Amino acid sequence: MSTLVGYVNNITETVSTIFEGMAITFSHFARRPMTIQYPDRIEKPVQETLPLRYRGILEVDLDICTGCLACERVCPITCITIGIEMNKETKQRAFSHFDIDICKCMYCGLCAEICPTGSIRHSQEFEGACYNPAGLVRHFAKEPVPLYKPKKGGETDPKLAMKAEVGLKYLDEFATPEGKAAGAEEG
Amino acid sequence: MQQLVDQLIQEGNFPGVPREIVYAGAMILAAFAVLSFFVAPLAGVTSWLERRVWARMQSRVGPNRVGPQGILQWLADGIKNLLKEDIIPAAADKWLFSLAPYVVFVGFLATFVVIPFGSQLIVADLNIGILYLLAVTSLVVVGILMAGWASNNKWSLLGGMRSAAQIVSYEIPAGLAVLTIIFAAGTMSMQGIIKAQGWAPWDWLLFYNPFTFGAFFLYFTAALAEGNRTPFDIPEAESELVAGYVTEYSGMRFLFFFFAEWGNLYVIGAIATTLFLGGWQVPPVTDHPVLLAILQFVVFFVKAYFWVFVAMWVRGTLPRVRVDQLMSLCWKYMVPLSFVCLLGTAGWMVLFPRGNRLASVGMFLVGVAILLQFAKRVRYQIRHARPELYWKPYI
Repeated sequence: MSTLVGYVNNITETVSTIFEGMAITFSHFARRPMTIQYPDRIEKPVQETLPLRYRGILEVDLDICTGCLACERVCPITCITIGIEMNKETKQRAFSHFDIDICKCMYCGLCAEICPTGSIRHSQEFEGACYNPAGLVRHFAKEPVPLYKPKKGGETDPKLAMKAEVGLKYLDEFATPEGKAAGAEEG
Repeated sequence: MQQLVDQLIQEGNFPGVPREIVYAGAMILAAFAVLSFFVAPLAGVTSWLERRVWARMQSRVGPNRVGPQGILQWLADGIKNLLKEDIIPAAADKWLFSLAPYVVFVGFLATFVVIPFGSQLIVADLNIGILYLLAVTSLVVVGILMAGWASNNKWSLLGGMRSAAQIVSYEIPAGLAVLTIIFAAGTMSMQGIIKAQGWAPWDWLLFYNPFTFGAFFLYFTAALAEGNRTPFDIPEAESELVAGYVTEYSGMRFLFFFFAEWGNLYVIGAIATTLFLGGWQVPPVTDHPVLLAILQFVVFFVKAYFWVFVAMWVRGTLPRVRVDQLMSLCWKYMVPLSFVCLLGTAGWMVLFPRGNRLASVGMFLVGVAILLQFAKRVRYQIRHARPELYWKPYI
């Protein structure tokens, strides 16, 4: 008798569980798919939706780079190479090259942390695909660029002032996770 | 079809040609037309739709790039497979290996001979139609076993053997469920079975009595197993057997197996519609022969395609069963239950020789109640999960 009860129970269990399962899968028709149709069928580019602290491909704003070489020294895998030459006539130092091999870069962010002006920083860019490794070396100084000299008492040139502010703001954001000033954390 | 050819011969269109050759030519032409203009697009669109349906069930999008909403995906896949290299393994039995996909394909395509798309639209209304259908679908197992053996690969052979065991086993409940309907309809001809039903749901053989109602589900389950569909796709279980009997196949030969599988889905739906769901029966709304034929075709197609959708839906719901579970399900549960359905219907026919209208309407109401309960559960699931709703079929 118990065998028969078990047999009938098995059948009812099979039917009722399949019934319930079918209801669950059918209810999924009413749901919006989770898929983000990258890259072409999205409302705005993914780069714009990424957080500011996202560690994308490194970028350098040479207009506010002092040429202190701190980033080159701190980089654990030496993917940054900076060349500075003195112009004999004007006695002015200028970048002959500023290359970052993003092929080697491991996105540790040490260079961005140590930069005094915030000129080297992670962008929101992540689409680095190209056809050969040489294309992954980013040349920032295509032609000799003079070094930036911070003026005492603040920047006067409005264009540079804006850039310096952006750099410092980035530095603040980056160095202090809670949004406090860098100095406050040390003290 | 035959009348049309006869008429053409009578009008003297083929002077001096033996009648048999004209018939053969007409048959080849008809088969070609059916294959290229109905079966191929049908199987292709089914493959695309299946991927879209699963995708939505898994909160994905599915193929939506080739053509509007990806509807031309099947053409892209077909072209890709045609251009691919056709590899025959060195150790394989060359002739059997090459032949196997066509045997499977013929087994599937031959079913279209007796599928009644309308009261006039049928290739041949054999008086043993349903028996012929059971016979030719068994040809598929020969092809699958052939593929498994000829590949000279242990996965292929295991897949082929499993498939043979599965199809042979599940033919019994499927055959018994069909026999239930043959009892109730009193004929084996496909058109005869449809004519035994009416356009109204309570005139369908599905609601003839409680036993045919059960037989329908038994038939559908057994047909899924015969078509090697999930949850009974152990012959091609990816996690165990790589790809089962298609492991060594590539290019167009590979596609032929899946062509047959997707097309077979429609055949399953068409048989279920013919036997249980009133086939092409339409309410008496028009007398115009062409309009009537179109209406009948549409009704039949929609009913049959609904079951294709259900098969996809089952595939999206249930996990694959183990081999021993598969066999115990068949021999311990489905075979006895289909015998119950058969004997129950036989007894019913003794009790009510002219059928019982009241019981039919009652069964119809039971069916409606089940659907309502189902709708309630779906509603509960939607409310319970509080998802972001998106009812549109496109994205």
